Amino acid sequence: MNTTELKPSVAPGVRLGPVSFVWRPWVVLVTLLLAAATFLVFCLSIGVGDFPIGLPQVIATIFGRGEQVDEFVIMDLRMPRALAGLVVGIALGVSGAITQSIARNPLASPDVLGITGGASAVAVSLVTVSGGTTAAIVDSVGLSAAALAGGLGTGLLVYFLAWRRGVDGFRLILIGISVSAVMEAITTWLLATADIRDVALAQAWLVGSLDNRGWDEVRVALWGTLVLLVVVCCVAFQFKPMHFGDEVAAGLGVRYSMVRAVLLLCAVLLAGVAVSAAGPVPFVALVAPQVAMRLTRYPTPPMVASGMVGALLLIGADLVARTALPISLPVGVVTAAIGGPFLVYLLVRANRR
Amino acid sequence: MVAQSITGIESAVDDAARLAARGVTVGYGARTVIDDLDVAIPPGVVTTIIGPNGCGKSTLLRTLSRLLRPTRGTVVLDGDDIVKLKTRDVAKKLGLLPQSPVAPEGLTVSDLVARGRHPHQSWLRQWSSDDAAVVERALAMTGVSDLADRPVDSLSGGQRQRVWISMTLAQGTDLLLLDEPTTYLDLAHAIDVLDLVDDLHESGCTVVMVLHDLNLATRYSDNLVVMREGSILAQGHPRDVINAELLHEAFGLRAKVIDDPVGDRPLIVPIGRTHVQLH
Repeated sequence: MNTTELKPSVAPGVRLGPVSFVWRPWVVLVTLLLAAATFLVFCLSIGVGDFPIGLPQVIATIFGRGEQVDEFVIMDLRMPRALAGLVVGIALGVSGAITQSIARNPLASPDVLGITGGASAVAVSLVTVSGGTTAAIVDSVGLSAAALAGGLGTGLLVYFLAWRRGVDGFRLILIGISVSAVMEAITTWLLATADIRDVALAQAWLVGSLDNRGWDEVRVALWGTLVLLVVVCCVAFQFKPMHFGDEVAAGLGVRYSMVRAVLLLCAVLLAGVAVSAAGPVPFVALVAPQVAMRLTRYPTPPMVASGMVGALLLIGADLVARTALPISLPVGVVTAAIGGPFLVYLLVRANRR
Repeated sequence: MVAQSITGIESAVDDAARLAARGVTVGYGARTVIDDLDVAIPPGVVTTIIGPNGCGKSTLLRTLSRLLRPTRGTVVLDGDDIVKLKTRDVAKKLGLLPQSPVAPEGLTVSDLVARGRHPHQSWLRQWSSDDAAVVERALAMTGVSDLADRPVDSLSGGQRQRVWISMTLAQGTDLLLLDEPTTYLDLAHAIDVLDLVDDLHESGCTVVMVLHDLNLATRYSDNLVVMREGSILAQGHPRDVINAELLHEAFGLRAKVIDDPVGDRPLIVPIGRTHVQLH
């Protein structure tokens, strides 16, 4: 590795064989610290429970050097929940970073763009419309698939409604809010008219929770997220000039409509995978990219750091929900309670500078 | 086939032009803005497109830069039909600065200008010492080296426009298309930006721009393209093109054209209704 020596004005480059990129030590450092913190909280989250396991044993077991008893508790019982938190957090963080970058507006999160609302409406309708036989028909995998389909359908609907010779950020957000409102109305109506036992089931799903995750659901979410992240990674380089608007991007040789369509589809699918795995966990996709931007001091939502902040926020919130409070709360309640004030703190601090 | 053979003959005619529109019809949706227009951009000079609001100036520039695809006719860049070229290959030959672009809040000048290297980079090779050298040169040429670490949003309008032109320069093309580079700038900053355009021309660039101010257009260009209602009314050196009749025909403006007391170009003095003393 040799660092090209330059005047301080232009960012130095790093070259590793055929690979070269701009060297931004602060961004790299913050991202690594975030990854380390995420891993730590991930292990802590696994250690906590009716049968507490110390941090060293958890780490040893994850790397295949644990004792048999620990291995059963960790790998079979607790790992799915922790992995679900990790995957859902990363998916929501990256999804939010993409939608906020495309709309060039920090308000544009999957929640605002109708993806979460659509997923909820379809999932709740599956629970309530299927009537008294819910237990038989609605196994959790069916519910996840319905939520994914609902999120994808609503996301695409919003995109096509917002399309008018290109996509304008404000139009996307306004149409997203409108469609979300309709979806929420449908959800509320379904809940008001449904059988009380179905309502309880639907309500539990609607808060967003990592409870009772098994390997089956986690495996689907894990692979789905991995594939989508690879696609995002491939397109991300072409996306860079698009922070300056479509015309500048076109002038710099980017086929912006194609890049935007691919990335937005990835964002919708990532949010859909997250919602289908954990229910509509609020605020993570909105707050994670904004927190990542301020921590890395990068002017646009950084994808990797956003994913890390998302995971940290989600696993951390789940940990708090299970331990610090007298009653065990669903994770969605805590993400909103932690994420909101932290974003306000960052904004206030930026104003004072 | 006939159309192809005709364009084949025509390419021999305006061989000197790097960029040309041939029989171009273009519009937005069902609305046609430009109908069957021909224009050739001479190399090595500053060409300015002028005309009244809504006459299709920006539309022509956007068509020449491949932002808009003509419904009929072709735009030819260095002998190739521009729609058949790859977007990236066009970006290596032609730099484009759209009207009032916006940078993300907090982005530094050097990072913005560095983005101009995008057409020359790839997923693996995202930054090289060549890129750094070109960016430094672009910063120096536009006189913004001292601002390199400042956020773009903290600069004045004139400085900001210099920075955007610097990004377009970092693309490393000698053909620049600027859409109203002086919009929202006061006169002093407008002159500053146009002096920069003149420097670029001196260093060998071909520049095509759209301007609103007729006197600035006359002063800073060697070739004027005067448009009205989607077609070209006149084209040529300002001294040959600008006269009272043309201004009346193109803009419906009553004006007197006199010799510029400080330059060798004509000066347009508009005749309004008040405070006028005509002898």
